[in-house]
Amino acid sequence: MQKNQFRWKIGGAAGYGITATGLVFAKACARGGLHIFDYTEYPSLIRGGHNTYQVKVDDREVFVHDNAADLLVALNEETLTLHLNELEHGAGILYDPAVVTLDKDRMASRGLKLFPMPLMAIAKEKGEPIMQNMAALGASFALVKYPFSFLETAIQDTFSGRKKDDQVSLANIAAARSGYEFIEKQFASVDFPYHLEPLQDPPERLVITGNEAIALGAIQAGCSFYVAYPMSPSSSILHTMAAYAEEFGIVVKHAEDEISVANMAIGASWAGARSMLATSGGGFSLMVEALGLAGITETPVVMINAQRPGPATGLPTWTEQADLRFVIHAAQGEFPRFVIAPGDVEECFLAAGEAFNLAEKYQTPVIILLDKFLSESHATRAPFDISRIAIERGDILSERDLEGKKDYRRYEVTASGISPRVLPGTKGGLHIANSDEHDTYGYSNESSDNRTEQMEKRLRKVASAADQLPQPKLEGTSNAQVTLVGWGSTKGPIREAARLLEGMGITVNRLHLKHVWPFPVKAVASILRGARQSIVVENNATGQLFGLIREMTGIEANAKVLKFDGRPFYANEIKESVQEIIKKHA
Amino acid sequence: MLKGQQFNTTHSPTWCPGCGDFGIWTSLKNAIDELGLEYHNTVVVYGIGCSGNMANTVKTYAFHGLHGRPLPVAEAVKLANHGLHVIIIAGDGDTYGEGMNHFLTSMRGNHDITLIVHDNQVYGLTTGQTAPTSEKGYESKSTPQGVIEEPVNPVLLALSAGAGFISRGFSGNTVQLTELIKKGIQHKGFSLVDVFQPCVTFNKHNTFQWFFRRVYDLDKEGYVPNSWEKAAEKARETERLATGIFYIHERPTYHGSLPQLAKGPLVVRPLAGIDVRKVFKDFI
Repeated sequence: MQKNQFRWKIGGAAGYGITATGLVFAKACARGGLHIFDYTEYPSLIRGGHNTYQVKVDDREVFVHDNAADLLVALNEETLTLHLNELEHGAGILYDPAVVTLDKDRMASRGLKLFPMPLMAIAKEKGEPIMQNMAALGASFALVKYPFSFLETAIQDTFSGRKKDDQVSLANIAAARSGYEFIEKQFASVDFPYHLEPLQDPPERLVITGNEAIALGAIQAGCSFYVAYPMSPSSSILHTMAAYAEEFGIVVKHAEDEISVANMAIGASWAGARSMLATSGGGFSLMVEALGLAGITETPVVMINAQRPGPATGLPTWTEQADLRFVIHAAQGEFPRFVIAPGDVEECFLAAGEAFNLAEKYQTPVIILLDKFLSESHATRAPFDISRIAIERGDILSERDLEGKKDYRRYEVTASGISPRVLPGTKGGLHIANSDEHDTYGYSNESSDNRTEQMEKRLRKVASAADQLPQPKLEGTSNAQVTLVGWGSTKGPIREAARLLEGMGITVNRLHLKHVWPFPVKAVASILRGARQSIVVENNATGQLFGLIREMTGIEANAKVLKFDGRPFYANEIKESVQEIIKKHA
Repeated sequence: MLKGQQFNTTHSPTWCPGCGDFGIWTSLKNAIDELGLEYHNTVVVYGIGCSGNMANTVKTYAFHGLHGRPLPVAEAVKLANHGLHVIIIAGDGDTYGEGMNHFLTSMRGNHDITLIVHDNQVYGLTTGQTAPTSEKGYESKSTPQGVIEEPVNPVLLALSAGAGFISRGFSGNTVQLTELIKKGIQHKGFSLVDVFQPCVTFNKHNTFQWFFRRVYDLDKEGYVPNSWEKAAEKARETERLATGIFYIHERPTYHGSLPQLAKGPLVVRPLAGIDVRKVFKDFI
């Protein structure tokens, strides 16, 4: 009997409601006090492609999903063909024999348990064919003996916006109940060794993606202007911001293209709004000239790049971490910028607040790097602590500050390089925010001395910032055999891999970078100098962090583990790669 | 003091002697002066080109952005603080070339901003290539065999994109141009002031003399700018060139359609006291 550890996966054609079904499964588990981590795969199509949703459930915190399932719900035959090899001895297959034909002997020889049931007939009886997904959901929970009540309220809240008498929600609940009861009756005597049991007094937890978390963090941080052009996997930030725009008094704009997006974000920020945008690599490419505009006009702006595999259209709905070098170097010329790469949903929530504060303090762009894996996977977390988001707007002069001043110089040369801002509409602060090189007032100026002075002023702003940012720390066993190094979304998989390795007697610690730029040279150099064997783990083909570490610290890590097939790392893949590296270097 | 002089800065224009930009510069300052706008509540967003170089010479808040992109900046400034008067100074390359998508979208959205286009039918700052408004067959450094494309017709485009104030001026007539800019600023919604502005150095075809022979004032001919169809007819004329207001039509502005902005400009909304926890229930 496996209690409260269960890996569920559903697959079907696009248009089968796989995503909504998966999220209801995750929420029903979370409401019983269990932790989840989910992951969805889908092609860049609306109908006809293959979609999957998998949820890993556990009673301890889950950092990443597995490439294995304990129960596979196959809404079509393709699901079975594509995912049979993810089923280990003892796993179950839930399917409708009227839709999916399978070789029973072959399944039995692999030790798989079959749960045939009339999903489509139930769906048609209770409502529409699409509700076979709800029947399957009910059946899944019956198999693991999880109380139906958690599923019922999760369906109700998802489909009816919490209205009790909503017809759509009632029909979906009826389909789920039929599925649940069918299993209870027909398979009462079958031994399926997985059991989910709600906690006595379940704590309240959010089931949230990185994109949703960053949107909520931005709202808490006073984001008042959000602008975007839809692009996977960033679009759900736009959807979340738009859904709450009126409630929180935020202007949310779906602009005509990404060039407009970036220029609008800059314009709104110059006028005084806390301004943010999100896109993916393709959109970011179009924003590059404006990135430099924010740099030279010293306008704060928060730009999110939710990465996906490139180049060009690449793999639109898959994951990769290959834009690190790109965002650090993007745009002609040289100017200061920050790059933050949160590693989990909580860091996403906090990242927006931190990004606004850095952008306004240093009057320069701040780029947040997410990727599809982090952007779209749900994880359970205790409700975020809003007191951890403070609003610091940097140096902005008011009318009163300017009274009696002979003149105001927008780009005054100061020791810190930061020149106090004035927002348009303020008496006494007229200036030109100028994309041409300019003098201290903002007037265009091409002289040699002025150019040197303004370049040095701008670059000085972040010269000391790297030391003031939170420093990366080594987590886990001290003086371990292996130090795993990563950035951004690999935080979860690396943490889980470390747990697996430790379980095998290999001591591991982890260095995870959230503040990637300005590069934390001193901290990384000191940690890596003390490491016995450092291995950089990255979701890209060339080892961008590996190279950056070498460039910035002069230290070459001992090895790198790379993956660039559009899929995130599984913990066991990292574990196996590390084992091989240890063997090779032994 | 001469009218509008108080809007001069410490910098003088850098245009060629006789450039059509001077007429627009004068008219803009006069219009701001005559409307009694305050420096600090007026924002001019500039594109890149000879026109954009006006940024150093008009005393208001100024944003001198990227080539082709002044419109998105201006729209966002207005959305962030709709208490400001927002004016755009851009060239024909900025507006009808590099930034065409923004031009059409801004009119569709009826953003409450005034776009003044220096339409000289040539690229001046880059020393004489063809422009989107150059006449078919126009020979330039980039089109020595003559332009193959049909020219953009700004007034017709504006009509089709739903602009509510569409006008055309001539930098040789600053009295009329000042009035057009004033009325454009007063119009609630998007206003276009396309300006014939001879480039004395690189466009030897569409000269001041060439325009003086062709332009006429719609107002003086008793034209009433209330008909979309009539405006379209006027916009298609090629022998005589109409100046004045082609079309006026009021409809709700973009910022006026946002309930979020009903209580006042975005930038005065206090940031303290936000509590996002009230929506956590949607994620449980």
